Amino acid sequence: MKFGLVLEEMHRSENDLAHHLLVISERHKVDHEIYHLARDLARWSQQHVRDIAAIGKNYGQDLDPEPRGEAGLMETLREKGSEMVGRRPETGMLLLKDLRELYLKACGVSADWELLAQAAQGMKDKDLLALAERCHPQTIRQMKWANGKLKESATQVLVS
Amino acid sequence: MARIDRIAEPWGTRTPYGSGGEWPVRVDTHLAEGVAPDDVDRWVQTASLLHSNGDAMDIAVKDNRIVGVRGRASDRVNHGRLGPKDLYGWQANASPDRLTKPLIREGGKLVETDWDTAMRRVVDRSKALLAEQGPSALGFYTTGQLFSEEYYTLGAVAHGGIGTNHVDGNTRLCTATAGEALKESFGCDGQPGSYTDVDHADVIALYGHNVAETQTVLWTRMLDRLAGPNPPKIICVDPRMTPVARAATVHLAPRPGTNVALMNGILHEIITNGWVDQDYIQAHTVGYSELEKLVKNYPPALVAEICGVPAEQIQEAASIIGHAERLLSTVLQGFYQSNQATAAAVQVNNVNIIRGMLGKPGCGILQMNGQPTAENTRECGADGDLAAFRNWSNDAHIKDLARVWNIDPMSIPHYSPPTHVMQMMRYAEDGSIRMLWVSGTNPAVSLPELARIRGILEQERLFLVVQDIFLSETAQLADVVLPAATWGEKTGTFTNVDRTVHLSEKAVDPPGEAKADLDIFIDYAHRMGLQDKDGQPLIKWHDPESAFEAWKDCTRGRPCDYTGITYDKLRGGSGIQWPCNEENPDGTERIYADGKFWAHPEYCETYGRDLITGAPVEPSEYKALNPEGKAIIKAAEYMPPHELPSRDFPLQLITGRTLYQFHTRTKTGRAPELQAAAPDVWVELSADDAGAYGIAEGDLAEVETPRGSVRAKVRISGIRNGVLFLPFHYGYWDTDGGHQPDGAGRAANELTITDWDAASKQPIFKTAAARITRVSGGDGPSPAPTNTASAPAGDFPEGARTKGIASALADEATGTAGGAR
Repeated sequence: MKFGLVLEEMHRSENDLAHHLLVISERHKVDHEIYHLARDLARWSQQHVRDIAAIGKNYGQDLDPEPRGEAGLMETLREKGSEMVGRRPETGMLLLKDLRELYLKACGVSADWELLAQAAQGMKDKDLLALAERCHPQTIRQMKWANGKLKESATQVLVS
Repeated sequence: MARIDRIAEPWGTRTPYGSGGEWPVRVDTHLAEGVAPDDVDRWVQTASLLHSNGDAMDIAVKDNRIVGVRGRASDRVNHGRLGPKDLYGWQANASPDRLTKPLIREGGKLVETDWDTAMRRVVDRSKALLAEQGPSALGFYTTGQLFSEEYYTLGAVAHGGIGTNHVDGNTRLCTATAGEALKESFGCDGQPGSYTDVDHADVIALYGHNVAETQTVLWTRMLDRLAGPNPPKIICVDPRMTPVARAATVHLAPRPGTNVALMNGILHEIITNGWVDQDYIQAHTVGYSELEKLVKNYPPALVAEICGVPAEQIQEAASIIGHAERLLSTVLQGFYQSNQATAAAVQVNNVNIIRGMLGKPGCGILQMNGQPTAENTRECGADGDLAAFRNWSNDAHIKDLARVWNIDPMSIPHYSPPTHVMQMMRYAEDGSIRMLWVSGTNPAVSLPELARIRGILEQERLFLVVQDIFLSETAQLADVVLPAATWGEKTGTFTNVDRTVHLSEKAVDPPGEAKADLDIFIDYAHRMGLQDKDGQPLIKWHDPESAFEAWKDCTRGRPCDYTGITYDKLRGGSGIQWPCNEENPDGTERIYADGKFWAHPEYCETYGRDLITGAPVEPSEYKALNPEGKAIIKAAEYMPPHELPSRDFPLQLITGRTLYQFHTRTKTGRAPELQAAAPDVWVELSADDAGAYGIAEGDLAEVETPRGSVRAKVRISGIRNGVLFLPFHYGYWDTDGGHQPDGAGRAANELTITDWDAASKQPIFKTAAARITRVSGGDGPSPAPTNTASAPAGDFPEGARTKGIASALADEATGTAGGAR
């Protein structure tokens, strides 16, 4: 069954999304809402990673339940860097780039949840379907957040 | 007529009344030493400007000077009563240090100049920035203490003339969540409650609302109910032992930052026990099943764990709320300035919605305001929203506003949500906002993380204009200072939390060359040559009354409809509640009476936001969810605060107000009776914590967070264990530091975190991790008032209790007629 691959990809893409959220958070510490919200929203993806790993066992998948680690020393370095360049306008372009990437990554995860939910229905796996129904709305909220922030930030960055 | 020290007895003498009865009249008066009522030349009508209750009063004028105030017996809001800040605060108008001439910065120093020079500087810089960068270079930050006419003009200038969406008011710090919570639940701002609900309620639940200190006269109304037959039960949610908590049937003192968990626990009990109005839910709401599902995850035992509140107390509170027949819910800063502000305030709305308790006598919600004219900041668009609750993401509304202003719809910036003040500070920090015009507020003391704020405002590259009545901490950093007139020196209208509109008339001339804020904004518009699409001046009004008529026209057909009000109608008698129009010529006591809301997709003020992420809801999504414009039940999961106690910072710091001061004390600090009652900063902690840290009452202590430190004398109070409280009023204008600390910090905001609610954008002042250390012993008790939430917990020397100075005696007259309902 190809379903194992879906789970594996789901696990990878949620991990990647969580990591990207943390990276953005660190890189834009001077943009306080980005900093705080990105961390909050990373926790959603980290929980998804754990949940996927748990349910993966039913399908013979050995997925790491621990989300990819936070960046430790690098985090502090990036935060310091963020504070230093916070008074320069170029950070705005970097923010737009990061948010755009985040939005695309969240879209990808959302598509993965669609695939997983479709498969769950085909296999009549209620637990799996329940997982998708629980997690997918959060992915969509992550997506909308990224999109909303992008929209909100774009004009000031691009036209000033 | 009785004489009473209203510092020692801030709520005055009881006039008890029973459920459904008429609140008796009590007229409070305070006149300057040696002035008798017969000496007064004239009484000039106005309302309170030093808190948000909207108490109607008359200013006593003698020899063209303000010599006192008297409550208006005939007004529906206060039935003659006044609070201590009203009784004594007027004296600040005549302070010798009022700004009387414009100032400009020359060679690093502020020097006096004339209006023409000062305004030319502002206009030249504005024009240069518009030419070089465009409207994104300009930001306007105003207050909750100007008048409707002024906000409307400012909004029209900024949105319609300059074309910037960087417009906000300091209402962001106090009332943004009130507005946002109403928008989320009802699609539109506007209070579903009325103060008269206090007369009928059998349960009053106050969430993070220390009404005894923030709206003393509203508390007086509640106290009079409590002293009468069939008193209401009081539910109080507050980590401090406030006067409300002391009067409460149930007092819940949750861990700061856990309000959403607590509310979900209460909703869990209400829903599980079936204390809901299914018919009402069916007929008038959307979203109930989501709430039902979500609160299943919050059983009392778990909530007790999260909030640090006994499960039985949560159940008892929920049972009282669940059995209420007439439930009045009120909310203020304990929710608005805390973690998950909007989500928590919305859950309070949900309680009244699912119990079907809206729009009937005693059944209401008061999402309170923190400032006298905050409602107008929101209505008129001076908080960044569009005028008269128009929806920035509804093109038809933009077109309509463009019609009112006779400009191209493209000229109104509506491509994204308005820029809130914390984001404006960020843009000033990154250098993309290059001119900031601050009117009537003091961000150098009132915004979080002051070292950062000072660093932003001090930047050479930022052109800072400050319009104020005193040389505040912020004004000291300005490039241009414009001296303004204040309450009693200019005319305008303002609206309190229960939609009551009052007229505030000019009683005396402003000092020196100080000008009304309205005149300053109009002058700027004309000097800037702001025009409509026919080449006529954009601002077509020239004085308060013509501005009011223009504003009325803008509100026609909108929820805050003022078209039935005139200045003449507001003179004499009582204030009037909007909407007031042809259909409701005498105003409207209660809105949403028939389960009809202003939430229709074509009419609503907003499509809402995600309560957790703050992401705006798309129009299509809203239309699908709520096509008929019902009340919207929005559920929210609990998210822990962003800064939790740690080994280094094991306590939680909350900041707040005291009864006797207002904001950064620009006025109350200059009124001798008020200043003497709360002369300096203090820090509160519980007796247990004091014991653990070896700290005694009156000791000097240092409070630290990762952002800074403050030194204050200790008050051992009834506050929750593990929590510190600092009042935020005390800055530096009356210290050697001038605008910043000279040595130890004094302003609470040295310590607060830069973080805000994602939905309302209100900064979080009540959830910082902190530590406290004893510096030295004191020579007596701390300067904190003893008859408020800062009351001492243990033995206390009788002589050190709060009482008024000699001039604090005021008059009280009961048994007179009046008191319009």
